[in-house]
Amino acid sequence: MAFFADPTVSLSNKLLEIVYIIIGLITIYAGVKNLLDKKNPARFGTFVFWTSFGIVCSLGRWLPSRVSGALIIIMVIPAIFKRVQKGESNAPTKEYTQKQFARIGMKIFLPALTMGILALTFALFTQISALVGVALGVLISMIVLMCYSRDNKPVTFLKDSERLLSTMGPLCMLPQLLGALGGIFTAAGVGDIIGAIVSGIVPEGNVIAGIIVFAIGMALFTAIMGNAFGAITVMTIGVGAPCVLAYGADPVIIGMVALTCGFCGTLLTPMAANFNIVPVALLNMKERFGVIRNQAPVALIMLAVQIVYMIIFS
Amino acid sequence: MEYLRLIGILIVIIGFALKLDSILIIFLAAVTTALVGGLGIDGLLETLGTNFVSNRSMAIFILILLVTGTLERNGLREAAAAFIHKFKNVTVGKLLCIYGAMRAFFGAFNVNFGGVAGFVRPVIMPMAEGAAENENGTVDEEYLEEIKGMAAAMENIAWFFFQVLFVGGSGALLVQSTLSGLGYEVSLIDLAKAEIPVALTALVIACIYFTLKDKRLRAKYLGKGSAAGKKAGKGGK
Repeated sequence: MAFFADPTVSLSNKLLEIVYIIIGLITIYAGVKNLLDKKNPARFGTFVFWTSFGIVCSLGRWLPSRVSGALIIIMVIPAIFKRVQKGESNAPTKEYTQKQFARIGMKIFLPALTMGILALTFALFTQISALVGVALGVLISMIVLMCYSRDNKPVTFLKDSERLLSTMGPLCMLPQLLGALGGIFTAAGVGDIIGAIVSGIVPEGNVIAGIIVFAIGMALFTAIMGNAFGAITVMTIGVGAPCVLAYGADPVIIGMVALTCGFCGTLLTPMAANFNIVPVALLNMKERFGVIRNQAPVALIMLAVQIVYMIIFS
Repeated sequence: MEYLRLIGILIVIIGFALKLDSILIIFLAAVTTALVGGLGIDGLLETLGTNFVSNRSMAIFILILLVTGTLERNGLREAAAAFIHKFKNVTVGKLLCIYGAMRAFFGAFNVNFGGVAGFVRPVIMPMAEGAAENENGTVDEEYLEEIKGMAAAMENIAWFFFQVLFVGGSGALLVQSTLSGLGYEVSLIDLAKAEIPVALTALVIACIYFTLKDKRLRAKYLGKGSAAGKKAGKGGK
């Protein structure tokens, strides 16, 4: 409580902390719901996963770092052993969604766009974090949905979020885990070592060469790994920071556009099976690389465009 | 022995390439790097805890899930289908451009209609097939295969480049936290702004490419003038 009363902590940070507490409660609900769900084949593992995350998320500010670290280790163990599963689903039937559409119609786009609009409003016009804007948008969206239909009770939202969370499974924690891994790399001095190696290859002080290596490296690493999120952490620490940012290039443009250079790699690789191979099966296509072949020209042009953009504007 | 510290990176690259469990890879890379890098078990827990907690912003998607499922329950997908069905009698190329623009716009607001499984297959493909029918009312198989490839490609391109415009999306949050670890503080809105020209260029290039490609395919499989004839014939539908 002292935290929320402390006048030196900004309103934005206080509100953000409340948002994290709510997120933690949502996942703890998911954990408890699955523990009690007899249809879940791995009730205990699922419970451990979502509940440990919920505790770290809601209490992270107050827990000693070592305790949070230990809870994360406890969290990933059931995930590694595939003991995080989904239980009974409350997915709506096609008849139901069609009935709701007949009643609500195009008005449904309003609550769908609320979160993005609020995030922008907060980012542009207030000193408060855009994420608090997203949270307020979620709240407004929920109220609008409750006004649209009496079927939408508070518990409906909670159950629907649990269904989606369980469908996504532990992989939805990937960005946050990769972010933490990046922190460990930095703490262990990995960036400095790669920087030393790469500076032997890229001529020192040549930002243009650095940008080209960074952009193509992102696309290549992503293509090999099948995941741009994994590549961005490693490549930014290893190449982006020592070869480009160290010479004063704009971190906003370099950091962000490097991610979409990585996406060009995603568009080119069968490793990103979810996007490039699964659709081939879903659409009954004959050619295994039919989707990639259609993406390749656009991906290659965009990679070149982005390199030029980074060179000119950073 | 300095280079031994890079083992974590090797684990990440090889692990992902071999399609091992992603969380297992991250776990192994974290533990090995911490031990080889001299952080020890204590240092590992400390660094992991600090970094995971400071990256909690990436969990904002969980809050958004509170409405995602319920929007679907209340007919969001049906509404999107009804919207795109308003565009009748357009060529395959135009249909793909319209879908790409729609996917991009809503993607920037973090709104999804179900991807290939939930939207392209049940909604876009039947419309595209209708537009690709020849005089006999059938669609050439090779043309159909190309249409499928183009539709899935448009879905991916529009979604990839526009999801990063959403302020609060995982991609920009990960970039923000990686840069912050290196000592560069950037704001989410600036990251999104930097990406706007890139995203728009990607959409325009994709639209031009698929329009030209479809024009060529239409000439090959439907012959000259048949598009106009088909339109007249389908007018009553």
